[in-house]
Amino acid sequence: MTLPAAPLKETEPTESNAPVSRRRRSATLWAGCSLTALIVLLALLSLVWLPFDTDDTSGGRLAGPGDGHLLGTDKLGRDLFTQLMTGARIAVQAGLGSVAVAALVGVTLGVLAAFAQGWLDDTLAAFLDILIAFPTLLLAMLVVAARSATLSSAILAIGLAQSAVVARLVRILVKRVLARDYVTAARTSGTSWPRTVAGHVLPNIWPTLVVNLALQFGLAVLAEAGLSYLGLGAPPPNASWGRMLQEAQATFTTAPAGALAPGILLVVLVVGVNLIADGLRDTLDPATRRRRT
Amino acid sequence: MSPRDTSFHTSGDTLLDVRGLTVRTDDGRVLVDDLSFTVASGERLGLIGESGSGKSLTTLALLGLLPDGMTATGSVELAGTQVVGAPEKRLTAVRGRDAAVVFQEPLTALDPLMRMGRQIAEPLARRTGLRGRELNSAVTEALVRVRLSEPDRIARAFPHEISGGQRQRVALAMALACDPGLLIADEPTTALDVSVQAEMLDLLDTLVREREMAVLFVSHDLAVVAKVTDRVLVLKDGRAVEEGPVLDVVTAPRAEYTRALVAGARKLESALDLRSPR
Repeated sequence: MTLPAAPLKETEPTESNAPVSRRRRSATLWAGCSLTALIVLLALLSLVWLPFDTDDTSGGRLAGPGDGHLLGTDKLGRDLFTQLMTGARIAVQAGLGSVAVAALVGVTLGVLAAFAQGWLDDTLAAFLDILIAFPTLLLAMLVVAARSATLSSAILAIGLAQSAVVARLVRILVKRVLARDYVTAARTSGTSWPRTVAGHVLPNIWPTLVVNLALQFGLAVLAEAGLSYLGLGAPPPNASWGRMLQEAQATFTTAPAGALAPGILLVVLVVGVNLIADGLRDTLDPATRRRRT
Repeated sequence: MSPRDTSFHTSGDTLLDVRGLTVRTDDGRVLVDDLSFTVASGERLGLIGESGSGKSLTTLALLGLLPDGMTATGSVELAGTQVVGAPEKRLTAVRGRDAAVVFQEPLTALDPLMRMGRQIAEPLARRTGLRGRELNSAVTEALVRVRLSEPDRIARAFPHEISGGQRQRVALAMALACDPGLLIADEPTTALDVSVQAEMLDLLDTLVREREMAVLFVSHDLAVVAKVTDRVLVLKDGRAVEEGPVLDVVTAPRAEYTRALVAGARKLESALDLRSPR
């Protein structure tokens, strides 16, 4: 038989033999992506264009829709839609930032904890358990109180609180993968530890990890809204959905739009991200990909 | 039987020299007890014993890969390198080059998320320094060498996409990729069904003879071991109970345990048709 050079392109789907095309995505993933994209587009748009200035109080107090105000104004006469847009940006920033912090700290700690032995392993595990038992919001409030009430403090605080959850998950996942034969097999063929971790361990925990990180994104968005609601999030004039909710609380019966709109967007984003997480679970694992034929 | 049966004492220098190898758990249980044996280059030694007799632990100890909570004492010299107590760095250099392992269960011994071509390419690239197109053709070559008929398809496939027999061939190709001096085969046919088992044994035998590679063949199956080795070492409860040329051990077993093993194998042999794939 002839031996043509086999194209071993890892990243490209194999057209002829792959049992399921990678392009086939689950409906859940699509729904999640659309919902999330809606918010992300709002957030991106807010960077280049806003209907009104964020501190423009020229509209009437608690005015209904009209006069250029798509959803009306709040009790200070600021445009609601403008606030929703900047709120979207802050929500996405908070989600991405927190997840980045959680992933970086969590994966590092988790891998270390998985490799640690004896007292170090016990100490790390106990430390993570304590951190997890501590309510995220309370921990975040401590950090924000120690620093200042800015978006980056909120992101740092939420990210650190979540990194404990990520670290514990990673620790268990890594331990499980390390016990697998293919890791031993890689080791017997002379692969060093760092290469084994990068080449075999991380890719094998990746599907579970990425699903968890997507869920953490949703939780981070909620946590940021919670912090802002308590006045510990991004300071004015950056409207965050959480603060909008808090501000609209008193006037909810007379002008429900001020509370409903940020609430709905919050739900849309969190549900969207959770659907993505759910969809990813189905598509990331080659074994499940096969089962879906 | 090959003419090498009688030549094992003189067939070259000692590749693997195990002396007084003892494996203990941290709580003091002795799992492998004072085991000593040698494998000369090109020699084929069988390691027989029931499950729990310490066979697999012995193979892991040979490469310094004992699981956490176990320690090895004694001496394991692999191609001149002392393995017991050696630092990780020196072990990494030895593994794959001087000795490679084929594991029992190919499905779990292959990374489920990595295409098989890349899994073979990994050790190949490290040892040969090949890259890109040359590496790819070396991978294809490695797959052809283990008689896989569609090397390009297999190279692109994930482990779950091919059959058990094919997987074990890929695992064999991986082990052979770096041309190790010693091939450690840890029950390489146990997970395969009988017809595939025979094919796999033939293949292993041929490849090893072609390269004059030394083999440490671990199995609980005396019939299988007799087929592919020159000499056997019988283990029971972590202790060596008998050692000798395979023909002698099979025809005239001395230890009581070996006698039972031979009798069992005979019985099995006659009932081979009834044996169901595991």
